Amino acid sequence: MRYSRKLAGALYAAPVAAFVLAFFVAPLLLVGRMSASDWPLLAGDLGINLPDNYAGIADNPLFWPAVGFTLKYTGIVVVILIGLSLLLALIVADRRKGTGFFRTAYFLPTTLGLASASLLFFGFYSPAIGPLDPLLESFGLGPVSWLGTPTAALWSTVVLIVWKFAGFFMIILLVGLQSIPPDVYEAARLDGANRWQSFRHVTVPLLRPALGLVLILSVTGSLLAFDQFFILTKGGPDNSTVTVVQLIYREAFQRFDLGAAAAISVVVLAALLVLNIGQFRALRRDDQ
Amino acid sequence: MSRNKRPSRAARAGAVLAAAALLAAGCGDGRPGGGGGGEVVLEGVDDGTTLTMWTRAATEAQSQRLVDAYNASHENQIELTVIPTDDYQTRVGTAAGNRELPDLFALDVVFAPNFTTAGAFLDITDRIDSLEFKDALAPSHLDAGTVDDREYLVPHTLDLSVLFYNKDLYTQAGLDPERPPTTLAEFAEQARAVDALGGDVSGTFFGGNCGGCFVFTWWPTLWAEGVEVMNEEGTESLLDSPEAQELYATYRSLVEDGVVAPGHAEETGATWVSLFPEGNIGVMPMPSTMLGLMPEDMNIGVAPIPGLTGGQSTFVGGDSIGISANSEHPNQAWDFLRWSLEEEQQVELLAAHGDVMARTDLVGNEYYADNPNAVVMNDLVAVGRTPYSLKFGQTFNDPQGPWLPLVREAVYGPAGADLGPLNDDVTASLSS
Repeated sequence: MRYSRKLAGALYAAPVAAFVLAFFVAPLLLVGRMSASDWPLLAGDLGINLPDNYAGIADNPLFWPAVGFTLKYTGIVVVILIGLSLLLALIVADRRKGTGFFRTAYFLPTTLGLASASLLFFGFYSPAIGPLDPLLESFGLGPVSWLGTPTAALWSTVVLIVWKFAGFFMIILLVGLQSIPPDVYEAARLDGANRWQSFRHVTVPLLRPALGLVLILSVTGSLLAFDQFFILTKGGPDNSTVTVVQLIYREAFQRFDLGAAAAISVVVLAALLVLNIGQFRALRRDDQ
Repeated sequence: MSRNKRPSRAARAGAVLAAAALLAAGCGDGRPGGGGGGEVVLEGVDDGTTLTMWTRAATEAQSQRLVDAYNASHENQIELTVIPTDDYQTRVGTAAGNRELPDLFALDVVFAPNFTTAGAFLDITDRIDSLEFKDALAPSHLDAGTVDDREYLVPHTLDLSVLFYNKDLYTQAGLDPERPPTTLAEFAEQARAVDALGGDVSGTFFGGNCGGCFVFTWWPTLWAEGVEVMNEEGTESLLDSPEAQELYATYRSLVEDGVVAPGHAEETGATWVSLFPEGNIGVMPMPSTMLGLMPEDMNIGVAPIPGLTGGQSTFVGGDSIGISANSEHPNQAWDFLRWSLEEEQQVELLAAHGDVMARTDLVGNEYYADNPNAVVMNDLVAVGRTPYSLKFGQTFNDPQGPWLPLVREAVYGPAGADLGPLNDDVTASLSS
């Protein structure tokens, strides 16, 4: 009886285990093997060359600037995204007239793929085909070089990402807000707390799990940024918007060096692992 | 018009026998150079084999036309897969590494050396040599597909850089619409004259954040002048020569004087050809394949890209095509390649649509008689160049490569900047 239950359990888990093995563990092992090998894209595996690929990362003049830019971008995006999505969640939290409309409107960009959204914004920003410059011109302004300077390119991309993801994070925070029992607010009000005080001392602490999830998702997502920069700026102007993942792509498919690309991937994976463990620890401590 | 030459019955029987023998011996190993290992049939074999072929979206129209016509008239059938242009390198490169290439695949000619030297293509020297019109094939494409005197590729679709100019704007600006520029200085002069019309009209345009665009549209000026951009082996950059600096300076002055339409500095290459057809640009170098995409009522002239002081040249781009080293049907695949290069197909399927042909000996065709612009372009095939380097993509096309900083410094940086160190970076990438 016990034995057959165990077997049944294993059988139920088997499909997922097979899936994880085939699509996560196997590729992970392959990347590890690649990162230790001389592996040109066109020629295939030419044997172990440890530690050349890893040593090469430090020699890559774009690596540290890319790390710096990725961190800066992540900082900006995370702060704005969380702030704005919290604001949106607070706005649409109470049921009143029009709430449904605004919830839908804020969430709508989430349903679009990131590549499609990037292409859409590329069209908007383009001086050649976009509507923004003619619009500004009709007010006697512009033209603005939306992607032409390092600062403009960064902020134009941030606008896209905030537009695309604020609605998604708003939904997560909204669920968190709705799970806070109303009597806690009532108790705070009886104690004489004003709106700010009840937000600061009731909403924020009780929203922590939801905020933690939003934080992890937005940090990880921003550190792995690729599509938006690949489509909007191609890392330009003058290599000012090159992210770490773009470097991986470049090593593999511009320089045809899968070994070097895999080595950077392994480093990024390790960094993300450390970061996520740190974030989870911090959150767990808060729970206690 | 020559009829399609089909292989003789004996040749077909021979091929079938050879294939049977191979099957019996069980040696269809598909290793590089193996290519099925069978007997070479110079005429090609049309025995009802199904072949696979890949091409990139940029040249889909021409490939599809050729494949449809071939399938309709042959027993062999080709299954064409069109891959988005931006993904093409990724897909073909991965397939080459895994020896999973289709029987036939076309690729951007500048990447040809990467794939030929990696053993991705079958050596088809004997087959190419057997073509009676071999000497008329686009010479720069043949060169790009040749390694150590062994030939791997034939031209498939050609895309040249040529000057497009708007004859209506020329007339309005008081220029003679039948006298396009014959030197770079004249080009700048005419661009300034058109720009002086004011309003939405600009003199010229270029993709200022697009390494591939600079290569394609500016290098011909140097070649026309008899100046090289790299050494013969493609391992050393000569892009800080006095002539190159004069070229950059000319465009730089056009930028400073506002003659270039807005948006040039950030143009990554995605939309750089979309401005001219709107009718507000005077003159600019663009791909020849744009000719068929121009508005019908637009009065357009096409001229060769001139040198600094005269002469003319072009960047012969587009796709070359070959048989993959792991193909088990090289004779059948060759049947398609040989057929596609014959006069009838070149004229009826390419020239008739305003495309540049892969051959230089057919400009007298009936379609070009009404299309002087196409004649200008086709004549350039014989003098044009395709640059050779094993590190071409990562040096010149890669947005993070070292070429873009050099040319951007020259055009947008401080005046008189020393390009030496940036040129050394280009050389370092080429020779890495």
